[in-house]
Amino acid sequence: MHELSLCQGIVDAIEAEARKQDFRRVRCVQLEIGALAGVDGDALRFGWELVSPGTLAEGAALDIVSVPGSAWCFDCQETIEVENYYDPCPRCQSHKLRVSGGEQLKIKQLEVE
Amino acid sequence: MCTVCGCGDAHAHPHQHEHGDEHAHGHGEHGHHHHFGLGEAGLHVSGMSQERIVRLEQDILARNHRHAAENRGYFQNHGILALNLVSSPGSGKTRLLERTLTDLHPRFRMAVIEGDQQTQNDAERIRATGCRAVQINTGKGCHLDAHMVGHALESLEGLEHGILFIENVGNLVCPALFDLGEAAKVVILSVTEGEDKPVKYPDMFHRAALVLINKIDLLPHLEFDLARCVDYVRQVNPHAEILQLSATTGEGMPAWCGWVEKRREALLAEEVARYERQIAALKAELVR
Repeated sequence: MHELSLCQGIVDAIEAEARKQDFRRVRCVQLEIGALAGVDGDALRFGWELVSPGTLAEGAALDIVSVPGSAWCFDCQETIEVENYYDPCPRCQSHKLRVSGGEQLKIKQLEVE
Repeated sequence: MCTVCGCGDAHAHPHQHEHGDEHAHGHGEHGHHHHFGLGEAGLHVSGMSQERIVRLEQDILARNHRHAAENRGYFQNHGILALNLVSSPGSGKTRLLERTLTDLHPRFRMAVIEGDQQTQNDAERIRATGCRAVQINTGKGCHLDAHMVGHALESLEGLEHGILFIENVGNLVCPALFDLGEAAKVVILSVTEGEDKPVKYPDMFHRAALVLINKIDLLPHLEFDLARCVDYVRQVNPHAEILQLSATTGEGMPAWCGWVEKRREALLAEEVARYERQIAALKAELVR
């Protein structure tokens, strides 16, 4: 359940930003989560409900934008989409892949007041 | 907040940890783009609540990454090979470490950071081999993070050009995400577990430099398909090295110890190359 510490990380980042930018309430937190980031969206929402109360992000909606995983196939010499690290290339079935996208765990933006 | 000492505020540590995110920077740095007063109507009416969008573009793990970078810098400056050992509970990590420490003793300076939710048991087992060990109890935490490791390093001085083994919390999920500043992740998979662990827990196996298949002395009693297991590792991580061993009988131990020594040699060679570049630069200054 590392999602709990990730939620704590989000709250910490929000509080640091609130000091710099002078906002008191967060209505929505937009996250960008890659399919290969090792994070479960539902677990993250569950963690959010545990961690956010009592902070300035209490009640804030979690808007999770999912980004598909991508990898470079050495045999096809092309970028292909993958859902998991163990997926083969959908074209040639090779596992000689280098993951090139979909590993991000990002706070994109906040809707604040 | 720090799980080791409970510190939440800025206070000095030997290798300059930042607590919190109070580092000073101007708006616009680090890719921040702040849009003030961009409410729905683009207007700001004094006294009325107004929503605005604050762009962050910040990695959720940014803080851990910073601590990991500090640890990595510390390891580099001291020529320490740091290995992050991860596995499920009961894979034989501590037994493997006991054996490794005994086999590599007394040629190298070595120390162990033990991560467990509770108890000092593992650190005590390590200390019984004569090696220094620091126990981190994560309490409710399911993984070690770079901040905890940074604190543990405070009590591990004098490890220059040595080897640090970090035994992470037994868990194949959460520790995958938390870089500790290590040179490499080593996943231990014992044959009493299923051979499909690599594809069940791909995040961890994908990030490993080495996969150790442990307890191979038990293979005759099990239906563990070794070839298939290796194949699964290859699917998730074509670049991982794979070694088979038994910490109980010692079979395969020389190959594993050899791997550790090779990594350490490569690290020292990098340091030598760094010094040589500095010497060359100094010599160039002399002949100017």
